Order: sequence, then structure tokens, then C-alpha cells
Amino acid sequence: MKKIEAIIKPFKLEEVKDALAEVGIQGMTITEVEGFGRQKGHTEIYRGSEYTQNLLPKIKIEVVLPDELVEAAVDTIIKTARTGKIGDGKIFVLPVEEAIRIRTGERGARVVG
Amino acid sequence: MKLRTHIRVLVALLLTTGVALTAETLKEPTIEERLADIEAYVNNAPRTSGVASKVANPGPGHNAWLMTSSVLVLFMTLPGLALFYGGLVRRKNVLSVLAQCLGIAGLVTILWWAVGYSLVFAPGTPIFGGLRFTFLRGVDGNPNADYAGWVSHSVFAMFQMMFAIITPALIIGAIAERMKYSAVLLFVAVWMFVVYFPLAHMVWGADGLMNGVWNANAKIKAIDFAGGTVVHMSSGWSALILCLMVGKRLGFGKTIMAPHSMVLCMVGTAMLWVGWYGFNAGSALGADGIAANAFMTTTLAAAVAAVTWAGAEWIFRGKPSVLGLCSGVVAGLVVVTPACGFITATGAVIIGLLAGFIPFLACVKLKPLLGYDDALDTFGVHGVGGTLGALLTGFLATQNANPNLATNLKDVVGRTLWLHQLAAIGVTLVLAIVGTALIALGVKLLVGLRPTAEEETVGLDLVYHGEQGYILE
Repeated sequence: MKKIEAIIKPFKLEEVKDALAEVGIQGMTITEVEGFGRQKGHTEIYRGSEYTQNLLPKIKIEVVLPDELVEAAVDTIIKTARTGKIGDGKIFVLPVEEAIRIRTGERGARVVG
Repeated sequence: MKLRTHIRVLVALLLTTGVALTAETLKEPTIEERLADIEAYVNNAPRTSGVASKVANPGPGHNAWLMTSSVLVLFMTLPGLALFYGGLVRRKNVLSVLAQCLGIAGLVTILWWAVGYSLVFAPGTPIFGGLRFTFLRGVDGNPNADYAGWVSHSVFAMFQMMFAIITPALIIGAIAERMKYSAVLLFVAVWMFVVYFPLAHMVWGADGLMNGVWNANAKIKAIDFAGGTVVHMSSGWSALILCLMVGKRLGFGKTIMAPHSMVLCMVGTAMLWVGWYGFNAGSALGADGIAANAFMTTTLAAAVAAVTWAGAEWIFRGKPSVLGLCSGVVAGLVVVTPACGFITATGAVIIGLLAGFIPFLACVKLKPLLGYDDALDTFGVHGVGGTLGALLTGFLATQNANPNLATNLKDVVGRTLWLHQLAAIGVTLVLAIVGTALIALGVKLLVGLRPTAEEETVGLDLVYHGEQGYILE
């Protein structure tokens, strides 16, 4: 099992979500986050005062899935979230030790598959 | 010498007896005189003297407009200015601005009742009014013919009070987010006596030093229709001095001090614009043609200045901002204030153009250059704009817009009026700057001007008012 954490541009969320569902991903967790990378923030000007906002709003998608679905999911996210400009975000893939369905107590990859 | 004194006494005696006689023997008016009285009401002209008027009370139309105008001018402060300023501060200080506006409204009303109104509008010297109207004695539903023959004296007093409220409330923009609440109230209380009451008397008092339109003996024959010197210059320049003496906000230039709600700021701006019709057109003291002209010039100046300011931003900085549009509206209204009842539509458009550009430069270029922390640009908009307006009035005022300029000022308007305006600007500057510096020094010694660094960081809302503006669960 692996966990995919993808940081994407907020306006791409719907597209990414629908595309992931099409390749067989059944669930995910979405969080509104703020952060920065190479894309520096934006400048706000109020009369004579200029302020640089370093933190930009992003969406974090978290998906835990069986190993065999990881490549398809990553490809899907890259394809749908990409605009080609700085600030498109990043994808991280992490190992997951165990998954448990609270309702039934089932364990293992079938919980997330 | 002695003979002259005798003659004076004799003349005085004769005059008093004469007045007493007419008071007793006011003759019953003829139909012609009664008609003339009604015509005077319709034309907002002085009442017919020497006859017993059948219109004992104020004229209902003029009274209604002045009551409406009073409400509009109050609306400019509460909640107009409070929201305009409140939106521009950080979230932790929004209530402190509202509390200052409300506190000032209460405080100034009490001062106005006790002695303020009298010091401005009771007969006195060219500098100060007298004490005849202390505690608003004798200020009732009947008109005071010295100022507005068809408006109740009580309504006139309340209308003028709304100006006395908004003027010190304008100052707080410069020292927003960093002055003790007690210090603000103490400063304002003393400032009213030292700066506002004398200045308002000099400019608007029937025997005032700078009342060029109505006082034939005025030393400085300046004109100020709705308060360019009295309201905007006095508050703007005082704001500059006060913000220099209070010092910069903690972290000024390092931390982000962006407005917490441009939405509130825009709502406040719109209220200011609406209220300004009472301020400017109301200053005609009647629902007459001069009021109508002021109504039009006010609209034109505000609109042109808004477009100019935002246009300047668009050209020089790439984007027209909501704050730019709001600032332009206010700047246009400020600059047209002293002129609105004396100029034509063309004059108003010229004023709008300059009002959109010169205060823009003051806020966007001058302030960063000199580095003072005029937090919400009271000086940039009201100090610079008020001064600009007072001067432009000298050039743009014309008898075509206001026939009252054809009496005491017929040799001045269109010629040397601008020199008189400069003199009035000078008097206002000295009074505001010296007065504010001395008062601020006194307040600093007495109660201190600033919160501690920790209190300022926490925010004035919690520290001085024990409340939060927004509780977001």
C-alpha cells in the first residue's frame, strides 16, 4: 500500500477528482492548505503600502491505494493538474504500513482497493 | 475724545430705544407685506423686518431639508467613517476605531450642548463666539435670523454639531491602531476648544474674522462653503502632527498591515458619499438654488476624482484598486467641500481632476518618501485635499453660481480672493499645528499616548474594550 499526497492548484481539484475516480480510486481526503515553493506569492498594494503575500492557497489531496494503482493515479494527477506554469504543485508517494476499516475491523489492501 | 464718547453713548441709547419701540409696536402686516414674507420663505431670503410676520415659526420646507441634512451628516460618521476606517485597520483593531467614532460623537455632543455651540455661533469677537447660548439656552424651534431665517435655531444647532463630530473623528485615521482610548478622548476634548470652536467661529460666525461672505468687517475675506478649512484642513494637519508625535505602529514597514476588510471600507465610502449631500448641499441652510448647485457640483467632483485616482493607479501601477476608487471618491468630496456652493459644473470637474491626482501623489509618493505613519491617510486625503480645495475655491468661485458673492465680496471674487484664501489657509495651519502639538504634549504627560508594546501587539479591541470584532467558530 502507498499513500499519495498531491499538492495542486485549487481550480484543478474537480478535474483531478473526476479523473482519479475514472481510474478506479474510490476515496480521498481533501484539505485546503497554504504554502510556498518556487512560485513566490503575490503583491498587494494599498495606497502607498505594498505587501508581499508569501503563502498561496493550494489543495492537498491524500489517497491511500494498493501498489498496483499507484502509477495510474500518479499519471492521472500529472495529466490533469498540469498547466505548465510554476506553481502546479507536487506529488509525494509514501509507504503505508496498515489500513483498517473502522466499521468492520478488516485490514490490508482490500480496505483501500 | 470726550465728545466722541458722549456721542457714542447717545447713539447707543437711541438705538436701544428704537429697538425697544419696534418690538412693542410691530405693526399688523398689510397683504402686500404678508405676500413678501411668503415670497421670502419660498426664495430662502431674509425675513421681512419691521412687521409682525404671520409665519411665526420656521419655514417647513427649509426646516425639513436641514433636519434631513443633519441626519445625513451624522450618517457620515456613524457608521460611514467608522466603517471606512474600520475596514482599513487590522482585524484586532476594528472595534477600537468604532469605539473612537462613537465616543467622539457622544463627547462632542455634550461639549456642544454645554458651551461649544455658543463659542461658535453666539455673537462675540472675531476669534471666539460669546456665551449667550451656553447649555443651548434659548435655542428652540424659532429661527435665529443671524444665520438662517427659515430654519429652527435648534435644527441649525444640531446640523452644525454634526460637523463638529466628524472633524475630530477624521483625525483618528492617522493614529489608528496605536493610541490609548483615554488619550484619544482627552485629546479630542481639548482640541475642540483650542482648534475647532475658534476656527469654526472665525469662518462661519456672523462676526468671524474670516467670514468673507456674510461679515462685511471680516479682516480676511475668505470663503468656505461647507468646511474645507474648518473640517478638512484642521483635521488633516492636526492628524499629521499627532501621528508624528504618537510615532509609528510597531512593525511599521516590516509586518503586513493590510486592511482586514475592503468590503467594509467600500460600504463606508458609499455612506460617506451619500451623507456628503447633507454636508455640502445642506450648508446652503435651506432648500434653495444654491443647495441644488452644491448638490450637482458635489456629485461631479466625487465621480471625476474616483475615476482619476483609479486611472492613475491603472497607469502607474497596473491595476485600478477598490481602495483607489474609494480614496478618489473621498478626495473629490473633500476638495469640493469649500467650493461646492460657489462654483459651476465646470469648476467641479476641474476640482475632481486635481482631487484625484494630488492627494493620490501625497498618499502614494510623499508618504513613503518621508516615512511618517499616517495609518489611514487622513493627512494625505483631508490635509492635502482640504488645502487644495481652499485654494482652488479662490480661483473657481463665481457670482454666476452664487449671488451672495456679489455683496460683500464683489470686488474680491475673481480677483484677489485667492490671496484671502491663502491667508485663511495660513491661519488654519498655524492653529492646527501649534494647537495639536501643545495638546498632544499635555496628554502625553497626563495619561500617555500609547499602549505598551504587548498591548499593541494583542490589539486595542481586547485591551481597551474587552471585545473582539469577529468571533469565527
